[in-house]
Amino acid sequence: MLYREAGDFKTSYREDSQTFPLRLDRWGYYATLAVAFLVIPLVINDYWANAVLVPFLVYSIAALGLNILTGYAGQVSLGTGGFMAVGAYATYKLSTSFPDISILIHILLAGGITAVVGMLFGLPSLRIKGFYLAVATLAAQFFLVWLFNKVPWFYNYSASGQITAPERTVLGWFVTGPQTSAPAKYLVCLVFAVGLAWIARNLTRGTVGRKWMAIRDMDIAAEIIGVNPLTAKLTAFAVSSFFVGVAGALFFSVYLGAAEVGEAFGINKSFLILFMVIIGGLGSIFGSFAGAAFLVLLPVLLKNVLVGTLGWPTDLAAHIELMIVGALIVVFLIVEPHGLAQLWRLTKEKLRLWPFPH
Amino acid sequence: MTPTTSTAPALTDPAATDSAVQPHVTADGRQIGGVLMDMRNITLRFGGVVAIKDISFDIREGEIRAIIGPNGAGKSSMMNVMSGFYVPQEGEVWFRGQRRPQMKPYEVARLGIARTFQNIALFDGMSVLDNIMTGRLTMMKSSLLEQALWWGRAEREETWHREKVEKIIDFLEIQNIRKTPVGRLPYGLKKRVELARALAAEPKLLMLDEPMAGMNVEEKEDMSRFILDVNDEFGTTIALIEHDMGVVMDLSDRVVVMDYGRKIGDGTPDQIRSNQQVIDAYLGVAHD
Amino acid sequence: MEQFLYAAEVVVNGLMAGVMYALVALGFVLIYKASGVFNYAQGVMALFAALTLVGLQNGQVPFAHMINATFGTHLDTFGWTLPAIVAIALTALVMVGLAIAIEKLVLKHLVNQVPIILFMATIGLAWFLEGLGDVMWGADIKMLDVGVPKGASEALMTVTEQWTGYGFYIDRLDIWAAAIAAMLVAALMVFSQYTKQGRALRAVADDHQAALSVGISLRFIWVLVWSIAGFVALVAGIMWGSKSGVQFSLSLIALKALPVLMLGGFTSIPGAIVGGLIIGVGEKLFEFYVGPLVGGATENWFAYVLALIFLVFRPQGLFGEKIIERV
Repeated sequence: MLYREAGDFKTSYREDSQTFPLRLDRWGYYATLAVAFLVIPLVINDYWANAVLVPFLVYSIAALGLNILTGYAGQVSLGTGGFMAVGAYATYKLSTSFPDISILIHILLAGGITAVVGMLFGLPSLRIKGFYLAVATLAAQFFLVWLFNKVPWFYNYSASGQITAPERTVLGWFVTGPQTSAPAKYLVCLVFAVGLAWIARNLTRGTVGRKWMAIRDMDIAAEIIGVNPLTAKLTAFAVSSFFVGVAGALFFSVYLGAAEVGEAFGINKSFLILFMVIIGGLGSIFGSFAGAAFLVLLPVLLKNVLVGTLGWPTDLAAHIELMIVGALIVVFLIVEPHGLAQLWRLTKEKLRLWPFPH
Repeated sequence: MTPTTSTAPALTDPAATDSAVQPHVTADGRQIGGVLMDMRNITLRFGGVVAIKDISFDIREGEIRAIIGPNGAGKSSMMNVMSGFYVPQEGEVWFRGQRRPQMKPYEVARLGIARTFQNIALFDGMSVLDNIMTGRLTMMKSSLLEQALWWGRAEREETWHREKVEKIIDFLEIQNIRKTPVGRLPYGLKKRVELARALAAEPKLLMLDEPMAGMNVEEKEDMSRFILDVNDEFGTTIALIEHDMGVVMDLSDRVVVMDYGRKIGDGTPDQIRSNQQVIDAYLGVAHD
Repeated sequence: MEQFLYAAEVVVNGLMAGVMYALVALGFVLIYKASGVFNYAQGVMALFAALTLVGLQNGQVPFAHMINATFGTHLDTFGWTLPAIVAIALTALVMVGLAIAIEKLVLKHLVNQVPIILFMATIGLAWFLEGLGDVMWGADIKMLDVGVPKGASEALMTVTEQWTGYGFYIDRLDIWAAAIAAMLVAALMVFSQYTKQGRALRAVADDHQAALSVGISLRFIWVLVWSIAGFVALVAGIMWGSKSGVQFSLSLIALKALPVLMLGGFTSIPGAIVGGLIIGVGEKLFEFYVGPLVGGATENWFAYVLALIFLVFRPQGLFGEKIIERV
């Protein structure tokens, strides 16, 4: 009886096209934000930050980025890991070359650089489609990882071949480096995640979002009604890569602190993000967060159950995790191709009618 | 409302050249202006197959122009040439008094040519409202940054175009399905949404590829009424391909008849009815 | 002259590697032609087949790791070793079982989905199989030996030594692989041309609807084609496994079949072979000439970038049919 739209009237088109047309949804959203910004930073500890919340936020950003490309514009990419690496190495080079400039600006610039690289690898999308393109994006994945591995300039000729985030502060708080506190890590990622989600929402509800979806649903028809496929696809690649680049930058500088490219940004990273998008829901902002949460929590949960409770060795647990994730992907594609987001919508639909479903 | 478009006196001569046909007013009071689109000696080949052979015809401002012919006559290919999707090997397309250079389909759309498709080409993953809004994409001017921040022109544009689109939604009587995903709609409604999307572009020339294919009698009547209303109220020039002879004769001002890629007739419905070649090739064979 | 001979040796070795790529690519083409599914899991299937083969041959207890962890037992092997030929036959049976399971549990429920959804489902399948292989047989690197000769071909070295003054180093395993691949292709051609099932398979590849309407069971065809692909994966797994051990990277090497397919076109068996040879030779030559200048290991990406560039200019591949778009 609580979740209702009755009496929630719209008197202008502007009101009708807002993000949360239902008052209750809006309140829920504000409440979530309030908890995220005001409550969690006070109670967060290192375990929760490192095991759950920070990776969740970072992966959410990456999933948002891939969702824009795959879920909205319909271009499947298997190069997400490689593009995250671009963001990471760009941040590393920028922050070590210009230590006086705020790391936040470096992270945004890294996103911009990734956007350019993404557009470059997006060019073939004009000629090739579907899984041809998916395989072509593997070229980006393998080439970029190789590049950062083999060209010492990218890792400042360090002997280990690793990159290590320099210590940087924002408003006097450490946000990168070993002295960073859990709340600081969390808040930096939260600000980026919320800001980028807002941007993603704006883009997808307006002109460019419709162009992307038109290309996704029927590219020939889209072109005939006036969508330039070149610009539509390239903006999708650019925007998506920007998000992914920022995610890569945060993943390296805030979350990991040090990274080796093959380890941190290998092909499995690409798949992981793709899976988040599929499980969360293709073409859904909320779904990107839901999918990221799901695949961040699942291993933590499995580890607690299999290793913690049953006492199984970790490698066995890891292999079981592979099986479960793989099976889940198949199950989701069969049962609910629109993922958790659609399940959530259906639940709300039921709730709206509850307790009088007829 | 019975569509009885009159036969204009100026059009009685089937061999009349374009310049001989003067702008005039039809018996039901619609303005027919000068030549809007002029197809000159169009030839289209796929490999060795000739889909269209040396066809010329024109479309005048304000009229409803039909292209008919049996299956495989090349009607849809002709429409694809008109919308720039196929590039003919020979011939010229003139639009609004200028020769149209070779263009990408999306550039053609920006000239003010919108169309519907024989096999509905809607965007299934989007709502009815979003589908119709895509019709106005060519008019959207806000930059990516403005859209990202939902600021300035981005928001104003959205509201402004939404108002325009709502008028079309009212006009086509599809208010109650505006938020429904298109994929869930029945066939007849999909056709109507597709018409709405094309109309949203406020085209100079509206092309309808078999707008009534697969519809029942009631839906056909609705669609005929909408087509006539669009032509009447907005003065939109309409080119349509149709199979249903009855509908074509009732709706259109002038008819082009194609058979095996050639033009075998061109004129008012009455002239077409009495054209022996047309009767042989089309009516006599395919009419049921 | 010396340089030229080196290069020639690189080319020959590239051709041999190319045959291996073609072998995996063949599995992709078969499934794609018959069911329109782009089976990303083909590489992992090769890994899985090789793992199973080694496990059966050495009499490993399946799931030993998990059983031990659960019940505190110390199971390891049954204490026997199977002759290679028996193990291969059993593994082939396992692959047929796998094909049936995939059809029943996955494909049946995804009929009429768009190709890209099916593609993503096979990625999920790949993860599942990878996990399953590890859980069943353990994740350690295993040696695979079914009696395929290995090591330098002395005869060839002597002959080339006499002819050119420079002895070519070619692994006998590669020669065998090439021969086996050729036989496999020939067998598949015969199968699809002269057997009832083969004709049904081609009919389905041509037109699903029409094939259904003349009474061909689509589900049977799918099981059949996935079984064949499983068998091809087994052969590829044996060859790759004998060469460099059975380990996870085997499934990544198998991924190179993807650019091979992009070159050759997804529907063409000759394309798969030619594409495989081009990629094999191309990446070896590139590594030989350019590799030393840029730090090596260019084989990781060369195939993909080559295919990418190629596709931009010829989207349908070498042998694919030209696509005419319609509305």
